[in-house]
Amino acid sequence: MPWTRTYRNRDEFERAFPQNAGVRGLAYRDAILEATVELMEEDSRVFVMGQGVDDAGGVFGTTKGLHERFGKGRCIDTALAENGITGIAAGAALCGMRPILAHMRVDFIPLSLDQIINHAAKWSYMFGGRASVPLTIRAIIGRGWGSAAQHSQSLQSILANIPGLKVVMPATPYDAKGLLRAAVKDNNPVIIIEHRWLYDHTGHVPEGPYTVPIGKAVVRRAGKDVTIAALSYMVYEALLAAEELKGRGIECEVIDLRTIKPMDTGLITESVKKTGRLVSVDTGWRECGIGAEVVASAVEGAFGSLKAAPVRISLPEAPTPASPALEALYYPGKKEIVYAIEKMVRAV
Amino acid sequence: MRQKIKPVEAALAAAGALNVVEMYKKALTIRYFEEKVDWLFGRGKLGGTTHLCIGQEAVPVGVASALRADDYMVSTHRGHGHLIAKGGEPARIFAELLGKSEGYCKGRGGTQHLCVMGLNFLGTNGITGGGIPIATGAGLSIKLSGDDRVAVCFFGEGASNQGTFHESLNMASVWKLPVVYVCENNMYAMSTRFARISASDDVAARAGAYGIEAAIVDGMDALKVAELAGKVVGRVRAGGGPALIEAKTYRFCGHSKSDPRTYRTREEEEMWKGKDPIKRLAAAAAEFIPGSEIEGIKRGVLAMIEDAYDAAEKGSDSSTDAALDGVYAKREDIVPQGNIQSA
Repeated sequence: MPWTRTYRNRDEFERAFPQNAGVRGLAYRDAILEATVELMEEDSRVFVMGQGVDDAGGVFGTTKGLHERFGKGRCIDTALAENGITGIAAGAALCGMRPILAHMRVDFIPLSLDQIINHAAKWSYMFGGRASVPLTIRAIIGRGWGSAAQHSQSLQSILANIPGLKVVMPATPYDAKGLLRAAVKDNNPVIIIEHRWLYDHTGHVPEGPYTVPIGKAVVRRAGKDVTIAALSYMVYEALLAAEELKGRGIECEVIDLRTIKPMDTGLITESVKKTGRLVSVDTGWRECGIGAEVVASAVEGAFGSLKAAPVRISLPEAPTPASPALEALYYPGKKEIVYAIEKMVRAV
Repeated sequence: MRQKIKPVEAALAAAGALNVVEMYKKALTIRYFEEKVDWLFGRGKLGGTTHLCIGQEAVPVGVASALRADDYMVSTHRGHGHLIAKGGEPARIFAELLGKSEGYCKGRGGTQHLCVMGLNFLGTNGITGGGIPIATGAGLSIKLSGDDRVAVCFFGEGASNQGTFHESLNMASVWKLPVVYVCENNMYAMSTRFARISASDDVAARAGAYGIEAAIVDGMDALKVAELAGKVVGRVRAGGGPALIEAKTYRFCGHSKSDPRTYRTREEEEMWKGKDPIKRLAAAAAEFIPGSEIEGIKRGVLAMIEDAYDAAEKGSDSSTDAALDGVYAKREDIVPQGNIQSA
């Protein structure tokens, strides 16, 4: 299927689909913008808010031109007041609107955890299922040299710990559009964590409405020897690793988690029952991270099938350094995945 | 009897803006409800915590007299009175406090999480200042829908030191949102006196920094609160942007049940009890109806509260079969009453 493949940029896409071959390619950032435009056209309750959503850059292009198309009343620039703004968005959602709140960086979410954790996440349950907060929060992992400790974090595990929240991390342009649509149509608070390194990635994105179901992972590449459960940008690194390992006689099955909460543990365990080996690849930290949850799901659901101890690939236990030299050391990628899998497979 | 009406009340009564007797009944309902809760707590029939608004009844009653049914209200941890003033049924609030299925939130929320979407009552709240942006967001939804409702946001003076207060007032002013911020200044955040931790004497002074008109009112006098609220709500409803009311009031009991009130003097308490809003309302009502009717109202409200409690107690405990239902909202949209009815 064309939408299961993703390319690093438009050039790569066009080489794969000469003359497009009837397949429309769209960059990840444009897929987000297209989904937003379609949602705002379909439903007058949908509006976008956040600091800088109507500026020339438009949150790296994802909200570009919305204010001209829909007016400043539906593309609302806000103060730097994350907790208050999140509460305002939650209050509007409670009253029947469907806001999309955009943060330029995931790192700004901690400022608003009171409204996310104490309020939006709990509204439905603590009011007996008689209230709901259909709020979508977008936030971007700002990896890139020099972004450093406060502009590049991957904080999905904090959010994934909270009942009442849903957390998605699309890895492809197709999923970026489909999951954003699903999030805005969902009657619960959904947090979408995007990755800046995916913004130029180009893949097939159909015109018109479709949704990608929240809570469903997908097999990006089938294989019999090792399961790699990856998320967000690391799916791309995992696919590169799988390609390299194929040349060394190891067939990897690459699962793109897509939704972090609620996690599709069924697909993970199903795959591990087949391969007997599991490597999780996260954009975040290791302890109490998403990888721990992935491994736990395999231990609980496919214990008898495991041929080797699962391995977690994640960030080292340190804040992100600014220096390019340190950063190169900090982020794992294809190389680390290949190394871990070779070690795991050869040891058996 | 009826001829002895004071000028302000006469004007308001004539304008149909105010029904003193109804306000008295409402305030009395809150007082007797809270006294019953206090009694129940003392006997271990209620768990968790409770924050009573005995002494502060004039504020919710006065403000609510200026509201329409489709206006939004956001409450605080001390919120039973707000909900009753908005039309909440005592039996269903008791049921919620008792953890019964018949409670407004099926017993899931309890005292600090009472939300009644059908009354456009957007919740009591256990996080100080947590409701201020929620009310502001309700105001934004009104503005985006283009109707003429208002959102009323109750908060205490303690919450005015939270970031949410400043962040919300700033945005509400810039966006000219139809929000009436009502500060119930009872002088103490638990045991901490406002003057001790705040750079300004009045909360109202802070509104000026955000270009928001603010007024201070005697929060022990329901008629004065109602008169001011009537003017302010009218201005906000007409598109004048947000406003702030600071009602100087006093809670006759402690912050919660475990509070021995060592931070204030008994003399101070007695001074404030001399301003009891229920007594003042009774006196005002006596201008309109004979004393025998006042006594009748008291007996009637008391009996109603007792009946409400008895009915709630006979209800069924929250269903354990459905204990995990509702963590996530179902597909169907849940929208407040105001979005369905035409205003």
